[in-house]
Amino acid sequence: MSQKNRIAGGQIDRDTPLNFTFDGKSYEGHAGDTLASALLANGVRLMGRSFKYHRPRGPLTAGSEEPNALVQLRSGARQEPNTRATTTELFGGLTATSQNKLGSLSFDLLAVNDRFSNFLTAGFYYKTFMWPAAFWEKVYEPIIRRAAGLGSLSLEDDPDVYDKGFLHCDLLIIGAGPSGLMAALTAARSGADVILADEDFRMGGRLNSETYEIDAASGADWARKTVAELANMPNVRLLPRTTVIGAFDHGIYGAVERVSDHVATPASGKPRQILWRIYSQKTVLAAGAIERPIAFDNNDRPGIMTASALRSYANRFGVAVDKRTVIFTNNDDGHRSAADLHAKGVRVIVIDTRMDARKSPDYEVLVGAQVINTLGRLGLTFVTVRLADGSERTIECGALGMAGGWNPNVHLTCHQRGRPTWNNALAAFVPGALPVGMLVAGAANGDLSTAGALAGGAAAARKALGLRGRLPALPLAEDAPIKVTPFWYVEGASRAWLDQQNDVTVKDVKLSYQEGFKSVEHLKRYTTLGMATDQGKTSNVGGLAIMAELAGKDIPEVGTTIFRPPYTPVAIGAFGGRHRGQEFHPKRLTPSHGWAEEQGAVFVEVGNWMRAQWFPKPGETSWRESVDREVLATRGSVGVCDVTTLGKVDVQGQDAATFLNMIYCNGFAKLPVGKSRYGLMLREDGIAMDDGTAARLAEDHFVVTTTTANAVSVYRHMEFVRQCLAPDLDVQLISTTESWAQYAVAGPKARRVLEKIVDQDISNDAFPFMACANITVCGGLRARLFRISFSGELAFEIAVPTAYGDALIRRIMTAGEEFDITPYGTEALGVMRIEKGHATGNELNGTTTAANLGMGRMVSTKKDSIGAILSRRSGLNTADDLRAVGIKPINHDDTVPAGSHLMNTGAPVDAAHDQGYVTSACYSPNLGHHIALAFLKDGENRIGDTMRLVSPLTGVDVEVEICSAHFIDPEGERLRA
Amino acid sequence: MIIDHPLLGPRDSAEFTYMGDARLIERPSPDAEDAAAAFYEYAYLRDNPAGLHRELWFHEAGDRSWLVVTRNTVTHEIAKVELATDVARAKGRST
Amino acid sequence: MHDLMLAPALGCAPQTIGTVTITENTGVALASVAARHGKSASCERVLKSVLGAVPDIGKAVLRDPEAGFWMGPDQWMIGAPMETHETLADHLKTKFGADASITEQSGGWVIFDVVGEKMPDMCEILCNVPIRKMDAGDVQRTLIHQLGCFVIRRTNADHIRILGPRSSAQSLHHVLTTAAMAVA
Repeated sequence: MSQKNRIAGGQIDRDTPLNFTFDGKSYEGHAGDTLASALLANGVRLMGRSFKYHRPRGPLTAGSEEPNALVQLRSGARQEPNTRATTTELFGGLTATSQNKLGSLSFDLLAVNDRFSNFLTAGFYYKTFMWPAAFWEKVYEPIIRRAAGLGSLSLEDDPDVYDKGFLHCDLLIIGAGPSGLMAALTAARSGADVILADEDFRMGGRLNSETYEIDAASGADWARKTVAELANMPNVRLLPRTTVIGAFDHGIYGAVERVSDHVATPASGKPRQILWRIYSQKTVLAAGAIERPIAFDNNDRPGIMTASALRSYANRFGVAVDKRTVIFTNNDDGHRSAADLHAKGVRVIVIDTRMDARKSPDYEVLVGAQVINTLGRLGLTFVTVRLADGSERTIECGALGMAGGWNPNVHLTCHQRGRPTWNNALAAFVPGALPVGMLVAGAANGDLSTAGALAGGAAAARKALGLRGRLPALPLAEDAPIKVTPFWYVEGASRAWLDQQNDVTVKDVKLSYQEGFKSVEHLKRYTTLGMATDQGKTSNVGGLAIMAELAGKDIPEVGTTIFRPPYTPVAIGAFGGRHRGQEFHPKRLTPSHGWAEEQGAVFVEVGNWMRAQWFPKPGETSWRESVDREVLATRGSVGVCDVTTLGKVDVQGQDAATFLNMIYCNGFAKLPVGKSRYGLMLREDGIAMDDGTAARLAEDHFVVTTTTANAVSVYRHMEFVRQCLAPDLDVQLISTTESWAQYAVAGPKARRVLEKIVDQDISNDAFPFMACANITVCGGLRARLFRISFSGELAFEIAVPTAYGDALIRRIMTAGEEFDITPYGTEALGVMRIEKGHATGNELNGTTTAANLGMGRMVSTKKDSIGAILSRRSGLNTADDLRAVGIKPINHDDTVPAGSHLMNTGAPVDAAHDQGYVTSACYSPNLGHHIALAFLKDGENRIGDTMRLVSPLTGVDVEVEICSAHFIDPEGERLRA
Repeated sequence: MIIDHPLLGPRDSAEFTYMGDARLIERPSPDAEDAAAAFYEYAYLRDNPAGLHRELWFHEAGDRSWLVVTRNTVTHEIAKVELATDVARAKGRST
Repeated sequence: MHDLMLAPALGCAPQTIGTVTITENTGVALASVAARHGKSASCERVLKSVLGAVPDIGKAVLRDPEAGFWMGPDQWMIGAPMETHETLADHLKTKFGADASITEQSGGWVIFDVVGEKMPDMCEILCNVPIRKMDAGDVQRTLIHQLGCFVIRRTNADHIRILGPRSSAQSLHHVLTTAAMAVA
């Protein structure tokens, strides 16, 4: 039989054998096994190599606190490093490989590190790789990086999907052991909405690993029956395979449900994991306790684990790690492990540090004795024991259980700054100040008996929900104290492992203390004690105890490191959820998107919008060719561009004009109905915030546009002004960006095109520059028309309800056919606005004032508006202020890139002599050379000057001429045509 | 965090946009003699208390109300939530 | 009469994934009503005449042909059959007169009806609404994968209606279908 250590009993499904491989070798386990229990059943104790010294290691525990048995699970893109074999649910076809080895697991070439352990003590890296400095990047770091870390990444895309979700409940119960189950039962029977989450795939907690009886049945049976009862209640949601990773503010908990980790690959469309955000009114933490090891020399050999782990493997998984087992204990619970193993036919010897330890008729007990060393290259073979009389005895064994007492699992109680408090009777930390709404029950609260756990769970649920009335009878269960006498490490021990994940020994802690790293936080960082995936769940308290002894203090005086979320490691994918690749954020498509795709448009992301950047024609080989054509065609005849993305806000009410007067620095009160006006918004500090137009459609109705990028923040600002600064103006705001499809039709033939679409007279007299109106198009469709121009050409913007946007763009194209109407994208739009000297986000960049933009006179002094007062401060109005200017290269072949700086000819090129900078640049097909917009000190008085434009970083150094920012049609004749 | 919206009840703070000190409601009078100094204080100077803090939250993904939330910056305990319009009116911003 | 064709936000056929059917609802015209300052009472009277009742905070009045729900303080959305979209805003303007500001919204939204047994499970991985505690007529504005949406519980059984921004109809539909697959 291959599973040579498999024994009778347990909660595995012996009718369901599962095949799996470890380091390429095939094994058989059963449904209900973990990878660790299945390997142990097959006699495999060696599962990995340690982090620093590459010492052979096997599992220390049977749970999520595991520091040692970390494997690489699966292969290919699904390969996951540092997976705990002790929590990995076995499935058919599972493949795992060991980590952190050079060569094979049994012959690791880097095990040589162990020989040099005298040099590789705590702080070794800090001390050694200091000099020569140049060696760090080229020599030390690459070597360290290759040697460090445990598993490796697949470097392929994760093929699985992850979801995020939201759950709500009256009571969240964390942990489904005896206290959690009893709390759930109590709460559920009262009718409350209950969520019960447990990280294990089988609910029941320690009950699954114990032989205790509850109501004359086995604890595991009681757990199974209770879970079945809960599962049938509509107000209960059971979340097995779900780790609550963090306790956040106001009753919000984070939890990771491993939906598909127990199958080879997730079913189609199913997530691998779900990251839940759980909103709970109240929470009962019933997270149990973790048994701690004892430090003695060579206490890390495969086969050495916590006594409770040996008990779990025997009782729950039907695995005797070895038929000859030693238990090393400082408390009565160690004897419980011994009795359970003895009952399973294991020969047990108990080494008890206490002089008053009880004897047993079933197994030998060595009273007042200590394990002082062990032997066995790849797994435990012998232990050396120092007896009470000082003599030594060697015992042959393949498993050693350490029972150093239990640490209540206080992790989540600390996520809101709570610090645990020390309990002398338990020699352990118990919960201190709790997060609001949390109660703690059972072993997590220091109640280490089953009867105590049941009573505590019931009481916590009653208290949480405010239940009154008679306490229902509790199931009958064992109730016995564990009588612990603190014992942390064997006197004189040196290479005695405290933190097996980080290879931190008792000696390292002492060294840290000697070298002055005495605070707990310093100890952690100097030795790495308590770092990495297990976060010191089995090691922190031991380290503290040694520090306390060295300092001659009590453990609580030394302190405790702070527990932070997550409780156990979480895949990055779970935090990302569905938001990756093309789904990183939602896309917004313009009404003409489908049509633009048909035209072969190239799209660019602008915020979430996908906008047509240019429309390449067959034969065009570069983007510039397309853009130049679009610009020339628009200025020469007519072009059309989708401008739906501009933010639109409906401003209505009797006081709408008053409101606009407040948010814009220029005046709107006297704007007549049927007219639009350019508006500049300032921040309260006097800096320009956004610009756009406001069109007055009626006495009490304006349509305001914002820039695409600022649509959301400007709307928020407008609501701030409306609700917080002017709460009793009659103004109503609605964002209508999505409701209207809007197109700019620009160029000398624009009117000729639109005349064929619009149902009314749009001649220059009837519909002059800056006119606006509610109109109809195509024989009756309601629409809005604005005579505004961003390109500097005769232009209109026409808007129809979004659902007609597609139809309208096609109609415009048909109507414009005879004028060779050209669709243009954001690049051509950008070129034309630079040629015209119009500002955008590059110029309204969060540092510029109206004066900088050449619009200083727009800031009305006749009224109050946001930012008006501070825009007048002297600091923003100095003699050599920046002014917007145009830039032309003297040599027409030169480019004038954005980001370059202006310098006086002959002056040094440095920050002290900086004169200004280029904000926007492009090639102007109309002028035949590059042009740019810039901010220049005292710019308005330097038109015609020759300056140097430099960008030392990109090697730009060209001569330029300062000119007006209005390169095209400076008098504005075209747009008024 | 959970913000107990005066109209909608408890809502996750993720639905809100934060804007800091609620003193922004108390915009100085532009006509006052010391308007420049008052606006300088208004725009730039903020207390940074370790304890109760009145602050503005915008229910961006909800009903678009601005709220004044009184929150303990140390414990995140929320003592009070008001509609900003009510606060603004109480501060005499109706005119 | 104009001859322009109305385009649906997405134009996709109903899709059944597991027990859940996702249908783009192109039959609803929308306009919002915002009470003028100091006109809440008279505005609500008109609202009652239009809908039969004033939707309470966080509630909808589900009624044919015109339904409505609360959007924010003194602000409601009115839904009506799509055939009326040409005139809905004007019709409401006439009714409300100087009591309210009316804004046409038909083009602003894509509407999906999600119906089926696993609808609540699907909701849980889409957005933060306490779906199992919502009754027919409960409305919540929330974020669905970063998109501001209204979630309206239409029936206690298994039907919700989701109003999302029209420009993101494709993205919203994608997350609805992937969520339906995840709970199927």
